[in-house]
Amino acid sequence: MSGHSVEEIRRETRVYVLVFVALAVLTLVTVGVSYLHLSFGAAVGLALFIASIKGSLVAAFFMHLISERRLVYAVLILTVIFFVALILLPLGGYHDRLG
Amino acid sequence: MQIPYTVEPRPDTGLYNAKLGVWLFLASEVMLFGALFSALILLRTGATSWPHGYEVLNVPLATINTMVLITSSVSMVMSWAALRLGDFGKYRKWMGLTFLLGLVFMVIKTMEYAAKFEHHLYPSHDNFMATYFTLTGLHGLHVLGGMIVIAYLLGPGSKMWRTEPERYTNRVEVIGLYWHFVDLVWIFLFPTLYLL
Amino acid sequence: MSASEEQAVGAEGHAAEHHELPFWQRYIFSQDHKVIGLQYAFTALCFLLFGFCLMLIMRWQLAFPGRPVPIIGGLLGSANAPGGIMLPEFYNQLGAMHGTIMVFLAVVPLLVGAYGNYLVPLQIGAPDMAFPKLNMASYWCYLPGGLIMLASFFVPGGAANSGWTSYPPLSNIATSGQTWWLVGMVFLITSSLLGSVNFIVTIFQLRAEGLDFMRLPMFVWSQLVTSFLLLLAFPPLEAAGILQLMDRVAGTSFFMPSGLVVSGEVLEVAGGGNPLLWQHLFWFLAHPEVYVLILPAMGIVAEIIANNTRKPLWGYRPMVYSAVFLGFMSFIVWAHHMFLTGMGTAISSFFQTTTMIISVPSVVILSALLISLWGGSIRFNTPMLFALAFLPMFGIGGLTGLPLGLAPSDIHLHDTYYVIGHFHYVVAPGTIFAIFAGIYYWFPKITGRQMSERLGKLHFWPSLIFMNGIFMPMFVQGLAGVSRRLYDGGAQYSHAQGVLHWNAFMSMSAFGLLVAQIPFIINLFVSIRWGVKVGSNPWDATTLEWVAAPSPPVAHGNFPELPVVTRGPYEYSPPESDESFLPQNAVA
Repeated sequence: MSGHSVEEIRRETRVYVLVFVALAVLTLVTVGVSYLHLSFGAAVGLALFIASIKGSLVAAFFMHLISERRLVYAVLILTVIFFVALILLPLGGYHDRLG
Repeated sequence: MQIPYTVEPRPDTGLYNAKLGVWLFLASEVMLFGALFSALILLRTGATSWPHGYEVLNVPLATINTMVLITSSVSMVMSWAALRLGDFGKYRKWMGLTFLLGLVFMVIKTMEYAAKFEHHLYPSHDNFMATYFTLTGLHGLHVLGGMIVIAYLLGPGSKMWRTEPERYTNRVEVIGLYWHFVDLVWIFLFPTLYLL
Repeated sequence: MSASEEQAVGAEGHAAEHHELPFWQRYIFSQDHKVIGLQYAFTALCFLLFGFCLMLIMRWQLAFPGRPVPIIGGLLGSANAPGGIMLPEFYNQLGAMHGTIMVFLAVVPLLVGAYGNYLVPLQIGAPDMAFPKLNMASYWCYLPGGLIMLASFFVPGGAANSGWTSYPPLSNIATSGQTWWLVGMVFLITSSLLGSVNFIVTIFQLRAEGLDFMRLPMFVWSQLVTSFLLLLAFPPLEAAGILQLMDRVAGTSFFMPSGLVVSGEVLEVAGGGNPLLWQHLFWFLAHPEVYVLILPAMGIVAEIIANNTRKPLWGYRPMVYSAVFLGFMSFIVWAHHMFLTGMGTAISSFFQTTTMIISVPSVVILSALLISLWGGSIRFNTPMLFALAFLPMFGIGGLTGLPLGLAPSDIHLHDTYYVIGHFHYVVAPGTIFAIFAGIYYWFPKITGRQMSERLGKLHFWPSLIFMNGIFMPMFVQGLAGVSRRLYDGGAQYSHAQGVLHWNAFMSMSAFGLLVAQIPFIINLFVSIRWGVKVGSNPWDATTLEWVAAPSPPVAHGNFPELPVVTRGPYEYSPPESDESFLPQNAVA
């Protein structure tokens, strides 16, 4: 964002490189874990957990969400709530069904 | 008549217009891909049989593609940093790299699809292939869309750097956010489709 | 369209020169929100009339089954109506397209594309929307989408005929018109998404100095909530549309269950699909969509009631909180449309509960509007008549929704005429009356001329009577168990025999409603050219479009100078002054 000093921007680029390394490592971890052939539930949980960490790194540092404005946070929180509803409620309708 | 806050942020929201706009757009994209994930989950839950991704799909190739996209996210954010430091030459190199990596992603994707078609594995084969093609296809279209905007910014759109550099920088920030989001979707798509 | 060329103040932020845009840039590919708003209005009103006519043809068949459609029967074509006698397949097309056109091509484009676009920048004191090019793109996605929908009537097999709800597996195997429907929807959803981003950014970022959120007119609040609904609820329908297109075009089985038999033959598809998946994704949009249909209408009614009671709205703050809460809840009630799909009691109870909760904010808003009348000096002009009628009509619509939202009673009422009666009360003498009210109210601002009061009342009273004549008997038929979407209106069922006679009555009311629109159409066109000229604020209103902009507003930029807001939106009959009202930009 405008108004940041040269020093700050250079510091940010260092963070980008660190995040890149973390993402690369986590990608290999994700693939490696899949070779363990865990039970389906455990596999899903672990895969999504690692993906969430990777996603959070991208969002927080590449997309600068870590220093974003309240309005953006509010929009995203609202979105996440509805996203969760969209995932869980149809599933609920499937599991709680007649016959 | 000038629209205010196209470049400088509005004091109470702290945002310039396009920044808020792109985050709203990304929120809608979360719902779009979210609906497709919901579809996948519902279909898989109700299916009598469903293959593991690694039994059908090319994991090594997709792993490479994942690294390609992650790298492109880095090059994208580096290009924006370079622009903020006023270095247009460096910006061009990083942004060009981003475009190239996007192209590599699409080429590898095409190779994947071609291999599937060669084995007569079309979307109509079963719901696994249907969801695979639809989810990765829609994602691929989003990569393509991003590449088109990058090409514009590097090409005819680059004139704005000379006339309105701050506004141009904001545009790069905005396409950056979009590009990172596309990377983010893949970060979830990859394990979901290929590894589970 | 009388854009004021004489007032083309030096635009574009450069030197103050007159700047002449060529015709096609000023009126066709305009980026001015007012021109775009009028484009939407004109297009959507045409679709509204067309959708209305589709229903009239349906109602002829229901009242006089097997009799040739008069006047236009020969024009319908032998594929649809040989000898002018409607085939069941054509009836289904009319039904599906009437719903689709009314919801997606007429009402929402009017409420959001026309009213929203024209008024929001004016009411917040902005020179235009935040993204004028995006605004233009939004209209130019809407129009092709609409034309694709219309074109589908002329393809082999005709238009979509699986209901506006397009449930698979029927819609999956339906004629090619369904594919056109899906493609049209993609255009319309894109248009809507572009628009909703624009509205939200505009309202947050371009409010005039001093215009805090709690000073926003109710109309702007309603547009803000509506835009969030459109932004977040439409994408799942887009996803569903993509999935259904894949099923129809690429042979996938997203919605195709295994072992489906059509005309005695097992379908050759992979199977394993889930028809309910479509219903979940469809209703995830379509329920918030109904709040898209009502919230801006409530906003319009609120403006007109405040203005014509000459007192502030009662309960502004509760109304705002209710609108926001309503918007939020609307995302988690959708499966009350699916009570009969085999969902268990736990999940059904969840949706029943959220549905009961969501009725509360609706009641708060309606009650606040009603209470706002108390102690008012009511002016019974045409916009106010429509706005007043909205209240009991929406009340009937809302109350009749309760037995539908309660799962046990819905078992009897689902998919009957009761449902049709319920939602039409809300949309027809509800929303459409609000749209009419708004046209009479804001016509002077847009054109600088007034519409005829006499023709207005000639439009209002018969419309009110005939609306009730069409929709009230539907509750009777529905309670008797008459199903919806029946080509013969229930004639083949013994349980319907006692209530069949209402069909002719309802159809005659529908034709009467058509006739009642004639004074309105005449009024609209005549007044544009010969209406009595008025100044910038003929209604003595408080909000910025009236007090800070001329009639019509400045072509690019709206205001001679950007207003500064010092007061709330409804300071009518202020205690501290002798004035009948204090404008929002009154010098403090």
